[in-house]
Amino acid sequence: MNDQLTKPETKAESTPAESRARVPVYRPLTDIVETDDGVSLMLEMPGVGADDLDISLERRVLTIRGTVRIFRPENVELAHLEYGEGDYERAFTLSEDLDPERIEAELRNGVLTLSLPRAEQKLPKKIAVKTA
Amino acid sequence: MLTPASSFFRNDPFAQLERMTRDMDRMFPGNWSNAPGFPAVNVWRGDEAVAITSELPGVELEDIEITVKDTTFTLSGERKAPDAPKGARWHLRERSHGKFSRAVKLPFVVDPDKVEARFKNGVLQVALHRPDADKPRRIEIRGE
Repeated sequence: MNDQLTKPETKAESTPAESRARVPVYRPLTDIVETDDGVSLMLEMPGVGADDLDISLERRVLTIRGTVRIFRPENVELAHLEYGEGDYERAFTLSEDLDPERIEAELRNGVLTLSLPRAEQKLPKKIAVKTA
Repeated sequence: MLTPASSFFRNDPFAQLERMTRDMDRMFPGNWSNAPGFPAVNVWRGDEAVAITSELPGVELEDIEITVKDTTFTLSGERKAPDAPKGARWHLRERSHGKFSRAVKLPFVVDPDKVEARFKNGVLQVALHRPDADKPRRIEIRGE
């Protein structure tokens, strides 16, 4: 059975290759929806602020990284833990028909929404032939 | 056809149930909360205060409700589904939405007027304080 389907709230831990010392790296839960105008990605990254986000595009691979500021309240001790805090990382390959120059990003309530508009179709150039 | 005993026992629903209960006990020791679900909560405890944090990505502030009654802290609300125009095609749907409610048993009665709650970047932070009258007081013992 697909783990993500049966436990949609469980954050899947991905390879902690580029993580800070002893901070796990999670793969954000993502929705991808396509319309005629383009593609929208919605990534759950609770705890990540706009300054802690890094979105990069290289050879059509869109990589999203988020750094979390670990919350440690004072004068209390951890009694019950259901979720771990850590960084986020996930990469997507863009299809050819999307315009990498016009990607828009919006962060709201811990969800990053990326709007990837479709590239304007290359219209066949018409060459007007003038008669002398 | 003979079925090997091992495969029979592997599918034994009672054994599965027992294993599930055991796993739950390991995940949720003590009596801190109900069965797991959305949203996930972390709880910190001190002598005079309790801190509760919860991840609520995609939930609007006005859709979150927290209540405190006796020693029960309740966090409820609704996460609305993202808008998508008609004819939109979903390529990936990992996020969930809908109504939610979680209850957390507090180790002591808290002052409902001194609850501090903050919601930032999809994370809720709540600080609950023990009322002064309820704090254990050191009683002076007089000698003869």
